[in-house]
Amino acid sequence: MTPTHVALTRSVRRAGRGRAQSFGRHPAQALVPYAYLFPTLVLLLVLMVVPIVMVIGYSLMDAVITTRESQFIGLDNYVEILASGKFLTALANTFWFVSVSVVAHMLLGLGFAMLLNSEAVSAVTRTVFRTLFVLPWLLTVAIIAILWRLLLNPNGVINAILSALGVVSGQHEWLADPNMALAAVTFINIWAGYPFFMISILAGLQGIPRDLYEAAEVDGAGAIRRFWSITLPQLRPIIISMALLDIIWTSQQFALIWMTTGGGPLNRTEMLSTFTYKLAFSDYDFAAASASAVIVLILSMILAYFYVRSQQARD
Amino acid sequence: MLMRRREFGRMTAVMATMAAMGLAGCGGSGTEGSGAGEVTLEFTQWWEPELPDGSLRALMDEFESANPGIKVELLSGPYASTKEQLVAGAAAQTMPDVVGLDGAWVSDFAKQGAIADLTALMSEQGYDDSELASQIQIDGATYMIPVVNFVYPMFTNMDLLERAGVSAVPSTREEFEAAAKAIAAVGDDISGWALPLSLEAPNGIQNDVMSWVWASGGSMLTEDGKPNLKGNADVKSACEFIKGLWDSGVVSPGAFTMKEQDKVEDFTNARVGMMIDSLAHVNTIREGNPDLDFGISALPAVDGYDGERGMPYASWGIGVSGTTEHPEQAWKLVEFLMGADVNATLADAAKAFPGNSTATPDYVESDALFAQAFEIWSSGTPANEFTGLPVSETLMREFDEQFQTYLSGDVDVDAMLTNAQQAWDEEF
Repeated sequence: MTPTHVALTRSVRRAGRGRAQSFGRHPAQALVPYAYLFPTLVLLLVLMVVPIVMVIGYSLMDAVITTRESQFIGLDNYVEILASGKFLTALANTFWFVSVSVVAHMLLGLGFAMLLNSEAVSAVTRTVFRTLFVLPWLLTVAIIAILWRLLLNPNGVINAILSALGVVSGQHEWLADPNMALAAVTFINIWAGYPFFMISILAGLQGIPRDLYEAAEVDGAGAIRRFWSITLPQLRPIIISMALLDIIWTSQQFALIWMTTGGGPLNRTEMLSTFTYKLAFSDYDFAAASASAVIVLILSMILAYFYVRSQQARD
Repeated sequence: MLMRRREFGRMTAVMATMAAMGLAGCGGSGTEGSGAGEVTLEFTQWWEPELPDGSLRALMDEFESANPGIKVELLSGPYASTKEQLVAGAAAQTMPDVVGLDGAWVSDFAKQGAIADLTALMSEQGYDDSELASQIQIDGATYMIPVVNFVYPMFTNMDLLERAGVSAVPSTREEFEAAAKAIAAVGDDISGWALPLSLEAPNGIQNDVMSWVWASGGSMLTEDGKPNLKGNADVKSACEFIKGLWDSGVVSPGAFTMKEQDKVEDFTNARVGMMIDSLAHVNTIREGNPDLDFGISALPAVDGYDGERGMPYASWGIGVSGTTEHPEQAWKLVEFLMGADVNATLADAAKAFPGNSTATPDYVESDALFAQAFEIWSSGTPANEFTGLPVSETLMREFDEQFQTYLSGDVDVDAMLTNAQQAWDEEF
């Protein structure tokens, strides 16, 4: 942050305090900001707070929704869920899926963003590739799932190409092979998610002052040194924020898994989201599903806390 | 610029009104206003999107003409979302008056009291149920009446069968295995049989696995309707038979994530020689590949079995809400749909078999394939033991998980059935 920027921020804060004091003279006018916020707060309360509180309540009961008489059982549902082998499998799969996806999103996003920001490539080429690279982002999850199911079908295009190249022989089962399924759905998720990183990092790259690079060049720094000493430190806040958001989003990925493998084969692609869905809409065990959802909520809240902290550090 | 008090007051009033309007938009009911003494029945089902345009509405108009003072509002959606809506409706006790049901849902809704005891309703209304082909009962009381039934015969690609040098459609397991191997040996990446085992929609266990048990007169349940997998010779023999096909490499690749529509697509494109499938897909196959020469037959049974062939089926069932304020009018609609003529019309539109045993749909006379299917249906026994079981989709999924493990060679058949039995017992 430049000294000028700091001085400006301080003067804005002082001006804000002055306005707050002037509102203090008219109590009714001090409520104006809250009047603007009121509709949003009501909607947040009705659509978010109430359902979350209800789900937490359900998670402490023995049977909810499907029976009219349910009793308070404390943390029994949590004990049952945490002791369940399927939950632990889903947790491990989710951890693997999220970790690999986020790292790959970051590396691909950074790589493509630098490519699109490079002056070694002509403007026309950059425009063409920017359009191509961003395409996966334009498709809905349902379309992506159907598209990749067709591509990875044993009789699909991928096998036809790889067979012609001699990489695989015959009708390889990418999504139905227990040893390949998790890698396959992770690959699909990486393909679907990297453009968001790419666009955000590209915006960050374009915001780095040119004079930093020029000064480094004068000092004799090479391309790699400039990358490590200028590009990465400048992008760090964006990368950290994006990574934390991506962890939260990817850990809640449901539609892609459900529509490609349904959590199979042999539960090899079972995620926390599919595990919770099955408890609710297949077993009708809404109490256990609520406990599972609350566990996911707690994990997300922890990540959200770090995200907010990183944002505050940026500010 | 500071806001004056009057302006602030106005603005607050506008904000409050906007918020109230927003909230009002979240509530409300979709039911039309009724005239004096007029009743509007809500009828939720997934049938309308699967029927020719306007055919179900036409039947409802006919019902409204015959029953002045009763209107029917159709609430239609896809099968999966209908189920989720009904689960939510059952929870909130806002179930529509008349509901389309799948046999797999009946037990859970009946336990919740979300759907009405139709035996009591029929008795109150003095209804003679002798024409009903079947009724789905829980503890001796009817909760669902199948309106139309979709039979699941064996579909065979006659061209591939001929290319494989097989002269007749297989009628025993041995013949089926030989035919599947011969078709797979044709080459061109063609498989003998399609086996969809996706965990997302695990109905392959019902239609493509357990159907082999039922076809030979076997059962997966005890006489009192409890799980009977461990040590069950009929189930074990069917599982071993399928494992034999699997090990021979005659099953389509991708079985562990294959869904019903994938199976139909493979068959339509002549990538697989045989499949067990709903008769409802005949038109889909014909439209997808008009040149495909295919036939249907009863499911093969074990050698030497001469009893009635169990024939897997699925139904469009109907029930009445347990909390409806108009049980009498709701029953009138059920009775109307189960009448011989109306039932035949609906079956005709759906290309299904009627739930009224005296109804005969026209398409049976006009299409040789359907005539053959009607003959198979009439000479066999409708068999679907998952109907009426608690959380039947979960039971299928749990068996599916164990079955995939068995097919992968991780456990033997006895361990697989023991594990599946244990998982099923927990649900009961």
